[in-house]
Formats: sequence, C-alpha cells, structure tokens
Amino acid sequence: MAKDELNTFKLVGTRPDRPDGLDKVTGRARYGADFSLPGMLHAAVVRSPHAHAKIVKIDASKALALDGVKAVVTRADLPTGLTGDEWDLQENTLAGEKALYDGHAVAAVAATSKLLAEEAARLIEVEYEVLPHVIHVDDAMAEGAPVIREGAADPTVPEGLHPNVVKYMEFGRGDVEAGFAEADLVMEKSYKTEATHQGYIEPHACVGQMGSDNKGEMWVCTQGQWFIRKMSAAVLGIEASQLRVTPSEIGGGFGGKTTIFMEPLSLALSKKAGGRPVKIVMTRSEVLRATGPTASASMDVKIGMKTDGTITGARAEFRMQGGAFPGAPVDMALYCAFAGYKLENVQHIGYDVLANRPKCAAYRAPGSPMGAFAVESLVDEMCRELKLDPIEVRIKNGVQTGDRASYGPKFGSIGLKEVLEAVKDHPNLQAELGPNQGRGFAVGYWFNHNGETSVSMAIGEDGTAQVSVGTPDIGGSRASVSLMVAETLGIPYEDVRVNVVETGALGVNEPTHGSRATFATGKAAVEATQGAIKEMCRRAAAEWGIDEEAVEWADGAAQPAGPNAGKFPPMTIKEIAAKMGSTGGPISGHHESVPDGVGASFGAHVVDLEVDPETGRVTILRYLVVQDAGRAIHPSYVEGQYQGGAVQGIGWALNEEYVYDDKGRLANSVFLDYRVPVASDLPMIDTVIVEVPNPGHPFGVRGVGETGITPPLPAIANAIHDAVGVRMTHLPINPPKLLAALKAK
Amino acid sequence: MTKVHVQTKINGDAVEFLADPRETLLDCLRDHVGLTGSKEGCGTGDCGACSVELDGTLVCSCLVLGVEANGKTVDTIEGMATGNDLHPLQRKFIEHAALQCGFCTPGILVAAKKLLEVNPDPTEEETRYWLAGNLCRCTGYDKIIRAVMDAAAEMRQEVA
Amino acid sequence: MGQVTVHLWSGLRRLTDGAETVEVEADTVGEMLDALSEAHPGVKPVLDAGVSVAVNGEILNGGRHKAVSPEDEIFLMQRMKGG
Ligand code: FES
Ligand code: FES
Repeated sequence: MAKDELNTFKLVGTRPDRPDGLDKVTGRARYGADFSLPGMLHAAVVRSPHAHAKIVKIDASKALALDGVKAVVTRADLPTGLTGDEWDLQENTLAGEKALYDGHAVAAVAATSKLLAEEAARLIEVEYEVLPHVIHVDDAMAEGAPVIREGAADPTVPEGLHPNVVKYMEFGRGDVEAGFAEADLVMEKSYKTEATHQGYIEPHACVGQMGSDNKGEMWVCTQGQWFIRKMSAAVLGIEASQLRVTPSEIGGGFGGKTTIFMEPLSLALSKKAGGRPVKIVMTRSEVLRATGPTASASMDVKIGMKTDGTITGARAEFRMQGGAFPGAPVDMALYCAFAGYKLENVQHIGYDVLANRPKCAAYRAPGSPMGAFAVESLVDEMCRELKLDPIEVRIKNGVQTGDRASYGPKFGSIGLKEVLEAVKDHPNLQAELGPNQGRGFAVGYWFNHNGETSVSMAIGEDGTAQVSVGTPDIGGSRASVSLMVAETLGIPYEDVRVNVVETGALGVNEPTHGSRATFATGKAAVEATQGAIKEMCRRAAAEWGIDEEAVEWADGAAQPAGPNAGKFPPMTIKEIAAKMGSTGGPISGHHESVPDGVGASFGAHVVDLEVDPETGRVTILRYLVVQDAGRAIHPSYVEGQYQGGAVQGIGWALNEEYVYDDKGRLANSVFLDYRVPVASDLPMIDTVIVEVPNPGHPFGVRGVGETGITPPLPAIANAIHDAVGVRMTHLPINPPKLLAALKAK
Repeated sequence: MTKVHVQTKINGDAVEFLADPRETLLDCLRDHVGLTGSKEGCGTGDCGACSVELDGTLVCSCLVLGVEANGKTVDTIEGMATGNDLHPLQRKFIEHAALQCGFCTPGILVAAKKLLEVNPDPTEEETRYWLAGNLCRCTGYDKIIRAVMDAAAEMRQEVA
Repeated sequence: MGQVTVHLWSGLRRLTDGAETVEVEADTVGEMLDALSEAHPGVKPVLDAGVSVAVNGEILNGGRHKAVSPEDEIFLMQRMKGG
C-alpha cells in the first residue's frame, strides 16, 4: 500500500533530527560508565572459573587487609528465603552453595580505585569442589546427566524426565498424523542453533548508593529502570519505593538489559562501606561470560505438503537450554514457529532445560529466530523438492487478518500478504546470480508487546510541551514520541521535549522491550496529550463563556466547534499556556495503562550470497528486508531497526556462537573470538516499509524492533543451499563447517 | 604504584594528569581528565569505541598506556566540532540517522574523520574496510556508511 | 456470572484431569483465572507463575479486570516476554 494514500499527517512519517543527536555526536551523552560521584568507590567481582562447583569456603581476609579496600560481599550478606524468579535472580547475582557456570559471580569487593578493587578481587580465596558439568541441551536432558538443581521443575513436567527439564509444553490442534497422511511429501529434519549474545557495545555499568537505612539510589544503563528497582529490591530484601533508579543513556540492549546482573551488588557494597557510592563496570569478558546470552536449541520439525504447496500438517519439537535457570524462550519459539502459516493440523512440544551456562536473557524476538530457522529451512527444502516458488507457497498458506494462528487465537489485523506481495515486486529479485551464488527467502514473526505504561505530559508557560516517559530511548524513541505528541497538539516537533525519567517520577513502566516503546509509550503519550487538550479546550470555553463541548482542538488551537458555538477567533496553545497560572493552574495530562490493541508484525527477507568453495566463506551480496510497520512514525529509525535486526541475524547465522572447552569454560569471551559482523562483511541493507496500520494504535503503530532478527537465519541457510546445493542444519554456518559440508557432498 | 606525571595536549589544550603506569590512555581520559566521550566497549582493541588520534595517528586508546601520551597530542571526539560548528561528519550522522544507541558513534566519527583526511573520496568498499575495526551492533552499518560518504562528498565540494 | 470456555495449552491436560478446554463461571479475566485454579488446583502454580490470556485474539497482559462473556474465545498462553 502506498504510504501517501494513507498518510495525512503533518509530522508523523517525516524524518526530523533526533533530539539527542547533538549530544551523541559530540561525546556529551552520558552512558552507564560515564557517571561518577564524589567519594565514589569502585568494585570488582570475583567469578567462578568452573562450570559447576561446590563453593566450600570464601576467605576475603587478605583482600580486606589491603589499604583502601572498604567492603566485600558474598551470598552470606544477602537475605534468605526467596523463592521462584526472585531466588533465581539472587542466585545469579551471587552464587550460593554452588557456582553454576563459568563466570558465575561469587563475591564482590569495593575499594578506592578500580585497580585496587581488581587486586583485592584476586586476593579473595575461594575453595571449590569441582562437579561434573553439562553444556549442551540434548546432553543435559539425557539419562545420567549431572543434576544442576533438584526440584527446579514446574508442575507441567511429566514424570520420568531428567530433573534438568524444568518446563514442558505441548499445544496444537487438529490431527497431525491425518495431516501427514493427506500430504504428497512429508519431510522431517533436525536443526540446531548455538547460543549467541546480544552484543551491545556498551558493557553493563552502574553507580549505586545505599545507607544503613536501606534508602538507595542507582544510576544505571538499563532498558527498564523499574525492573531494575523491583529486582534489586527483591534480591536485597529492601522496599522498592526506597530505591530510586535513574537510567543513563543506553548503549544498546536488545533484551539483555531488561534484567539485573551486578546492579544489586553496588548497593550491597555501598551499604557495607558506610553509604559511599560504588561504581561497577563490567569488562567485555564479564559481559560475555556472565550476562545475557540467548538459548541454544535442538529442534525437530516435520511437515506434510501437497504437490500444490498446501501444508496439511506440521509438527515441531524444540529443546532449549537457557543456562542454569528456567527461562529458555522455547514457548515463544514454538508460538512463532508456524505463525505465518494457516494450519488445520499442528502440534508443538517444548522442553526448557538447565545447563551449566549463564542465565539466558531476552534477545530480540526471544525464541523466534530459532523456530524460524528450523521451520523456514524445511519449508524451503520442500519447495525445492516439489519445484514450487517459495514465495508463492508462503502466500498460498499465509495467514491473513482473522485467521486462526498456529498457537490458538485468531489474528487481529496483520500484513503478511502485503509484505509478501512487496517482496515479489522488489528489483532485487531480478538480479542475476553467478556461479556459487544463491538466493534465499524466509519469513519471520513477532507478536509485539504492550506492558505496564505510565506517561505524564505538561504544557510549558510558552506553549511548548514536555513529556515524561519511562522507556529508555535505545534507537530514537524520543524522536518518535515527540512526533506523535507534536502531531496531536498541532505544534512544531521542536516544541516538544521528551524526557526519559527516573523511577520516582512516574508510575511503573515496563522496560523498552517487546518492541513496545513506540507502540505503548506512544499510545499513552497521545492519551496523556488528549487529556491536556481537553483541559485547554475547557479553559478556552470558560474564557469564551460557552460550553466545553462546543470547543474543539485543531491546528494547535482551541476553536469553536461549528457555527452554533459562537464566533471566536482560535485561541492558540501559546495564548492558553501564557494565562494558565490565572485560569486554574498547570495544564498537564497523564495516562496509565497496559494499552490494548497490540499489532503483530510479519517480515520477509531475501538474501543473495556467494560461497567461496575453496574456503567455505560466505559473502552477502544483496540483502532485502520487507516488514510491516503498521505506521512508520520516523521512517529512518524504522529502517534502522530493520537493518540492525537483519545484521544481528546474519551474525547468528554465519559466525556468532558460544564455544565451550571440555571443562565447560567459555572459550571465546572477547570480541576478537566472539565475532560480530563488521562493516566490511556487509553490503547495504535494502528496506521496504510496508504499512498496514494497526487499528489498535492512534497512528497505526505495530512495533518494529524484533521481527527483523528472525528471517536471516533460515534465509541464509536457504541461499547457501541455492548456491552450492548443501543443506546446513546447524548454526552458525562458519567457513570450517561449510567447507566440511562441501567436501562431504 | 607510584603515579607518573603526564603532560599532553588534548584537543588543543595543555593538560596534565597523574597516571598509574597500569592505566590505559582511555582510563586516563575518562577518569582523570573527565573526557568521557571516548567509550570502552571491549578494552582489547576489538571494538574501536575508544578511537582517538595520538600525534595524528588513529589508535585504540584502550591499547595505549596513559604514560605513553606524555609529550604527545591527543585528539578525541570532544575536540571534533569547532565551537558550535559541527564537523560535517557529525552533522551527516544526525541527518542520516546513522546512530541508534550512539555508543559506537564517537569512535566511528573519530575513525571516519581520519579516513577522510587520508582519502577524501573513498569508495563504499574502502569506507567499509577502514571502519571494519569499529563495531556497531545497532545499525547494520548501512546508514553509517551513507553518512560518511555523504560527508566526504560535501567536504570535497567545500574544498573545490 | 456467565459461563466461559477457556482453551488451555495441551501440556496442562495432566493438571486438569485431561481436559483441554475448561468451562468456568466468570465475568472477568481474573475471575476466570481464579475459577480455573479452584476447579483444577494443579494449574494454580502455573497460573501464579504468570500467564498471558488471549481474548478474541487480543493477548492481554495484566488484564484481570477485563470483561469476558460466553461468546468470547479465550486462550491461555505462556507469559509473553520480549527483547
Ligand atoms: S575499547 Fe578500545 S577497542 Fe574496544
Ligand atoms: S549505534 Fe549502537 S552500537 Fe552503534
């Protein structure tokens, strides 16, 4: 759908400079590690060098004897009696009886300088009794695997499974066996993906301060200051409202900064050190060893297809490990796996399994990329087998508004078909391919999310607007919220300032996650603005001596609604604001809710690549992202989300993985070895923004942050098959692996 | 450890500080001089977020010791604009939305500035290889490359 | 109160005496969840750990007070999370 037909807005859909641009190109923007306070101490964390070990004894006496060392904390300093998720968070913050993975924090120390803290950390003696460990998901659920934690399984797990299986799920509909019987071709394959890291360039960093009265403050880089507050308070046994958390600018998160790692330690150390502020900045190696990675997956998929491409039955069984704690996104992976297909007969089975690895955190569309890799790879292979066009097969089986999703409920408004049609029309599909070159196609899906949202806005004395939001701005959300508020008020974009505020300034907000900031914060900001507009209309009505209902808001001014209201010249926002002190006081608007009307987003990618048959190296030649945005508020940042997501997916497909040695230690905990895509690996990333407006948002926004990481995994595997005729079923497809597959051909 | 007195010229100003010999130039800039624009993404020379010029050479300041800067000039992101006049690269980065989180931006701008000094008319490929040591996790590089090439084009016109 | 039909995920069958859809008396999402726990105490810990509820295709998070009626199509889903 052409944008011009739909877009009648003045500002929404334009590309103004972002409000924080100047600070960010001059080095002035303050990120997590840039914050300091007078009298501040620095902390270092002692981490387990073992994948699985009993902690026999911790002796910090030598460290504490150093001049300038002010405090040491171990698990013994934290409250006991936590359960469920809160226990998991506490256990991950500091190990209790056992260290559960290489890099698991065991103790922390604060001293007058960073170098001294590091020296003190080396002097803390920890006696371990090394236990057998397990790293890979299939091993972890096999008989005889070391038990990571007894009794961690939730009631959904059937009897007889290994205690490392902590969650089991099963859902579907129809009769898959009958579906397979109806098919002309039934194929079944197994796939694996390895754990990857979000790879934000900014390491975790915070400054925490807490006194003996348990009142605290924290400055931290996070996607969600209220999550940090709630989780830190739980881990430390303090009251949430006594902790004030201020988010810094954030140097990337991708889901990995929606939870706590070392943040509570800064508060615990500060309290022990007489309330002096304590700064903790992770090293890159700590980031890779102890934060965020996503799950690794082992997956079986079976699909039945007729010769015309109709899918008659589909079954997925996914096993994922998400580290030493429950929470691998196997549920989301299964929900997304077949989301693009209209299916009568479908079955899903999933296992969440513990292994001796760091606690997984959300990573962009958690679970969806793995599921898509398995399903979209198999669908592609079946299209090849039946000599069918893979795009037509997606269109044929593709879900549309009102269809029943593979995971149960019916879809609201969705734009998969529009996305697929836009792909077909794109010139990249006409590009000629040479020898060892191939083209791959795949579809991806993400639900998008609403979440708790609280926004406050106020009109300034000069008729400008300030908006307080609780979702940290990672990729331009201040610009998009400004656009929406300015559009609603009918004032220039520059007249709006959006501030990301601390926990003391608003009600609870969920983090910037689930692609929700522009949707949920934007929707709440528009609602809050409507509240202020209503008040401004009321003030104008009082001034004119007419009914409130007889006033409407247009073009940045209160206007008499229709000829019967009376003849008054429009009263501009500036005029109303200038007088507000004498007409009833400040004018503001608030909105608190879990906004409904979330719109899901489908995307489809097309990649052209070349395989070097000598080395197995893959070069991306062309890359196309087509995705439904609902409405692009600031198209540049929508494109940016598409491009960034695609490139993270490319890294996952081709290079990135957690590599463990035989002792269960992470073998690649620096960027040199954990290789993320660099500029010279890539071509330009072409984008097409499809806009099928979401009726649940005042401007039609769906949320665009996550879907884009999903299709690259299968699209690249499909393109490699197209180029050289080998089917890669285990990511990453790095040169040695691909070369071996070529040799085995 | 005894600290060492270091005398440097940073962004044109004479600056002195005391450095522990174990501290990197990046640590000294951030912790002793108060210039936090240069970022630490890795501390191992792999991400380029700490890029500065040392006597005109582009370096990762996390790989240089603070004491090595003695008697040398250091140019950081904080010195890139002239007063309120942004360098064309800085303007183009904002205009092209070449940053999302912005954490890689200072290092990339410093590195790109050097590129345009040695090669005022880089091809896309040259730009990509020059910036291969600067990781950006957010943007997929597309808009960064466009911004650099557009700034180069504008600067060539100004010169001509 | 109206009688609403709740579609569970089939992994919960073991906790609901084999039932994959359960009928309960409820006018709101919250009442529905409470009634479900009461009828099948086995699912209570799963519900308490957090679930999402889809009503006519709209996935509600934190919508305990949302009204439900017998015509609504209600699905219980695993708790949604995002990156
Ligand atoms: S911090 Fe110096 S290269 Fe990464
Ligand atoms: S903009 Fe975030 S790392 Fe480059």
